[in-house]
Amino acid sequence: MDNKNISEDRKKYLRKIRINKITVLITQIFVLIAFIILWEVLAEAKVINSFITSSPSRILDTFMNIKSNNLMMHLWVTAYETIIGFLAGTILGIIIAIIIWWSEFLSKVLEPFLVVLNSLPKTALGPIIIIWVGAGTPAIIVMAIAISLIVTVLDISNGFVNTDKEKIKMAKSFNATKWQLLTKIVIPSNISTFINTLKVNIGLSLVGVITGEFLVSKAGLGYLIVYGGQVFQLDLVMTSVIILGILAAIMYQSVVILEKIILREKK
Amino acid sequence: MSENILSLKNITKIYQAKNGETKALDNINLDVKKGEFVSIIGPSGCGKSTLLSIIAGLEERNTGEVYLDGEEIEGISSEIGYMLQKDGLLEWRTIYKNVILGLEIRGIKTKENEEYVNNLLKKYHLYEFKDKYPTQLSGGMRQRAALIRTLAIKPKILLLDEAFSALDYQTRIMVTKDVYSILRQEGITALIVTHDISESISLSDRVVVLSRRPAKIKNIHEIKFDMENRTPINCRERPEFSKYFDLLWKELDING
Repeated sequence: MDNKNISEDRKKYLRKIRINKITVLITQIFVLIAFIILWEVLAEAKVINSFITSSPSRILDTFMNIKSNNLMMHLWVTAYETIIGFLAGTILGIIIAIIIWWSEFLSKVLEPFLVVLNSLPKTALGPIIIIWVGAGTPAIIVMAIAISLIVTVLDISNGFVNTDKEKIKMAKSFNATKWQLLTKIVIPSNISTFINTLKVNIGLSLVGVITGEFLVSKAGLGYLIVYGGQVFQLDLVMTSVIILGILAAIMYQSVVILEKIILREKK
Repeated sequence: MSENILSLKNITKIYQAKNGETKALDNINLDVKKGEFVSIIGPSGCGKSTLLSIIAGLEERNTGEVYLDGEEIEGISSEIGYMLQKDGLLEWRTIYKNVILGLEIRGIKTKENEEYVNNLLKKYHLYEFKDKYPTQLSGGMRQRAALIRTLAIKPKILLLDEAFSALDYQTRIMVTKDVYSILRQEGITALIVTHDISESISLSDRVVVLSRRPAKIKNIHEIKFDMENRTPINCRERPEFSKYFDLLWKELDING
């Protein structure tokens, strides 16, 4: 549509959409601020016990002392483990999905195993992982991979199998090899499957890393949370949880930005 | 010997399934002459598309032989073009990248072949859209692009499997006309599967009627119009058209 001559109705419509968007945003900010104020006021007035619930001002204090309690180091450890676990789980999952797509026999053989592994709570493997790879960073990364891998394999295999049959047939009529079908039709058809898998995996890897840190208890935000709980330092626990939330949001947003870049290149 | 470009001899196809076997094609014999347009019609599910898939080499036959230009062929031949119901254009590729897909897959993306493709694009009014994406094109243009993708590999015969049935009625009539004139100009033989009686009459020199499953050839009709410059649109106004329509309609009879 031409920008110069927008009709009155269209202007009205656009304004309505903008106002709606702003109203939602303002309400969201208001809810957040109200919650924080209420929390602080109730803690100040001793209605709630700030020893158990902490309070925004105490969290801020912990935040300010970022150097003395080594928060940055723990944050970095968690971020690093999550990124490694995420990349390894995703890449490994994609490779396995390709192998399964390639061989129908293998796909049939593996199906029941994958279904069982998918419903098995991977945290149950924690002690085994620690015994096998030792109580350290490798165990935490393996935990993150364990949690995201099977879902990746299932989601991507599913996307591959559901590739438009007509497109496959069209390529086959040109005598395409299996490799050509994969690279020219199946993989490009599944860009949105890949992006969805990345979005799910970033969350799952974080779950795996935090669980791993709970068990291994050496460093990272997961360790800080467990440690803070054990010594009853709820300020530390709450601060770690908030930082974790911010970290999760940043990681998710990077996938969203990646998605936008990929989609723009396609257009 | 007449110059048959395609000969089918005793083609039989039996599908195996857990709960038994189904005979889809029963001893099909058919000759198609060079430059001829032949339509295949038959009750739905009779195995028309199976026949095309067998000729294209996408499905195996149980018995029988397929000859192309006098030589027996097995599997997928580089001289047979195949067009499906949906245009199958890849939405992440530009029109140009789409039409050279066949060349790319077959590993014959030479300068000469690319020039041939460019000429086809120019000739059939798609050249200025070659850097656009399929979603930016109309249904008719997409179908033309799909046709050029098939013609790029210079097939001797083109198989059309319900190639227009995904289009709306008006587009379909226009596309049929386009494809007809393009194929006539390029001198390409066409074997067309359709469920649409009028489409089969308007396009072809002969119409093959198949019976219900297992499909046998019930009859073959020559379609002749007493006119010059026949097109799929103007022949519809001729009195012969409705005569042929009645004839084919009766032969396709649901009881039959």
